[in-house]
Amino acid sequence: MTPTPAFFISFYTLRDLFDNLIQSLGFGASFGWMAGLLAGISISFLIINVMVMSTAFYTWFERRMIGRFQVRRGPNRNGPFGILQPFADVLKLIMKEDTIPDAADKPVFTLAPIALLAPTLMIMIVIPFGTYASDQAFLSNLNIGILFIVGVTSVNSIAIFMAGWGSRNKYAILGSMRGAAMLISYEIPMALGITSVLLLSGSLAMTQIVQSQSIWFILVMPMGFFVFMAASTAEMSRTPFDQIEAESELGSGYNTEYSGIKFAVLFLAEFMAPIVTAAVVTTLFLGGSQGFDFLPGGIWFAIKMFVLIFLLLWVRSTWPRLRIDQIMGFAWKILFGLGLFNIFLVAVEFMVAVELGHTKDDGSLTTEYMLIMAAVNWMVTIIAFVILANFVGKKKYHRPEPTASPLANMGIGGD
Amino acid sequence: MYGLGLFKGLGITMKNLVSPSRQFNIVQYPNRRASPFDLAKVDNQNPISFIATHPIKTLRSLLGLETLVDRMPQHANFRGEEFAWYDRRCTGCASCAKYCPLGIIKIVTGTSGVNQQEGQSYDIDVFDIDIGRCMFCGLCVEACPYDALHMGSGFEEGKYRRSDLVINVDQLKAAEKKPSTWFRPQLTDRGHDPIKGSTADWDQVGRHEKPSLEDQGERWAKR
Repeated sequence: MTPTPAFFISFYTLRDLFDNLIQSLGFGASFGWMAGLLAGISISFLIINVMVMSTAFYTWFERRMIGRFQVRRGPNRNGPFGILQPFADVLKLIMKEDTIPDAADKPVFTLAPIALLAPTLMIMIVIPFGTYASDQAFLSNLNIGILFIVGVTSVNSIAIFMAGWGSRNKYAILGSMRGAAMLISYEIPMALGITSVLLLSGSLAMTQIVQSQSIWFILVMPMGFFVFMAASTAEMSRTPFDQIEAESELGSGYNTEYSGIKFAVLFLAEFMAPIVTAAVVTTLFLGGSQGFDFLPGGIWFAIKMFVLIFLLLWVRSTWPRLRIDQIMGFAWKILFGLGLFNIFLVAVEFMVAVELGHTKDDGSLTTEYMLIMAAVNWMVTIIAFVILANFVGKKKYHRPEPTASPLANMGIGGD
Repeated sequence: MYGLGLFKGLGITMKNLVSPSRQFNIVQYPNRRASPFDLAKVDNQNPISFIATHPIKTLRSLLGLETLVDRMPQHANFRGEEFAWYDRRCTGCASCAKYCPLGIIKIVTGTSGVNQQEGQSYDIDVFDIDIGRCMFCGLCVEACPYDALHMGSGFEEGKYRRSDLVINVDQLKAAEKKPSTWFRPQLTDRGHDPIKGSTADWDQVGRHEKPSLEDQGERWAKR
């Protein structure tokens, strides 16, 4: 469909390049590992630097946009439109003293930022940025791509707990305890949302998931999209669900004791999460790099990512923070149920499709049947949300009657 | 239908983003980015000739590199920090010190040595106001029977030591006389505006204008 670009920076192209270089320099065929090593190092260098730079500009963009959403100006002093603000921030953080509390568990305290940043970066290696006809991801086309993502993101909760536990601070430990509870809870709805995608795609490989989306999965199963988006917003602990940090309650939560370059790395990981999440959601639900022919697939991918990031920003700048019990209730009572219901719905429809013979040769569904599914699922989703909203909204929260303090009547009737 | 409030909130923030009229109320402090029009207004030129004569400045301001210092818009009745005290009106009665709820005004008076028999006013030796503990209620201003003490109009009085926050009599005498119009309707009537920077002399701030000689002769006993 979309034309394959002549050159796409991936592990395999780079390895071939280095292999040719090594051969031409006169090394034998036994030095093939060197080509792989060089290619791996250079592609990692590339990914890390691109992600760090894009995160830097993303922080600027987020602060500017949230400023406008909330009738403020964002950073507007350093450089035109404040575009140099992230560099000023990083410079300040690097020059600050890197303090470690006396009572801190030093190795754990030091390793926590790395443990938080590394998984976020590792997700990027399986995202298929290239055109979907050519099966290209940055580093590798893992056949268990989405499972890899689920496994790697689970490290986040450990990292946050390490940060809180290692710094021996009551606010930090409170934030990280909340974080552990919340992140583990929200992994279940996230996995349920992914499972419904896997039912239709029939494969764990990210490229295969993109290829199976002849109709985008956001149209086929809006409920699954909602569940996955809500869960992943909670996973990256942004504002409706930012009990981990909760600046107004916990004094910045798990990163209370951090300063200097360690804090910069924590900050980097935290702001890289929306970009990575947007990339994953684009792959799973928005058809990855699918698009019209006049632009290459990578550009379509970037546009979809940008729309998702904007959506996340919009939600972040608008809705207030929920209480921790409300967050946990939302995960277990609502998202869990919706996710299971969505899987049930998709599975039944898939079985009906198999019975009626609406499948292609490779086991995926035909486009016509997907359209029918989309119509049915949208109606079911809207009805389910209306019922749920009424069910949840009708519940009356009784405020306890205020009782007079015994101190209020001191001296009258007292002893 | 429950749950629509969430989307109403999203609509409000989206309206903030897209409608330019919502962004006009933003006040930047202590300085703000200047557009070429603002710079032209500062230079007393019309914008077109300013852009023609200062292309580099125009370009810099379009890139957001030019700033203008701007005072915050505030009311003339604002109870600020720099007290305006008129020592020629002050008799040293210490009403302000007695009325101060926090007891942070300290007044020590001595006889001036001129016209003692006629009841000439006291000299103020010490007049300390500890604005580090002041809550700017303005009761001292209300208490003053001779309209000698006024609230000021400033608010940028950050200091590095608490002891620097005590205003003594020399500072009060030397301070710029920009009285706030709070509890002084006569200043409001005259259109006095401390924010625009107008100062007031000692004979303008009282409850009466300075009486003419005839009025004085009628009102006061001939000695």
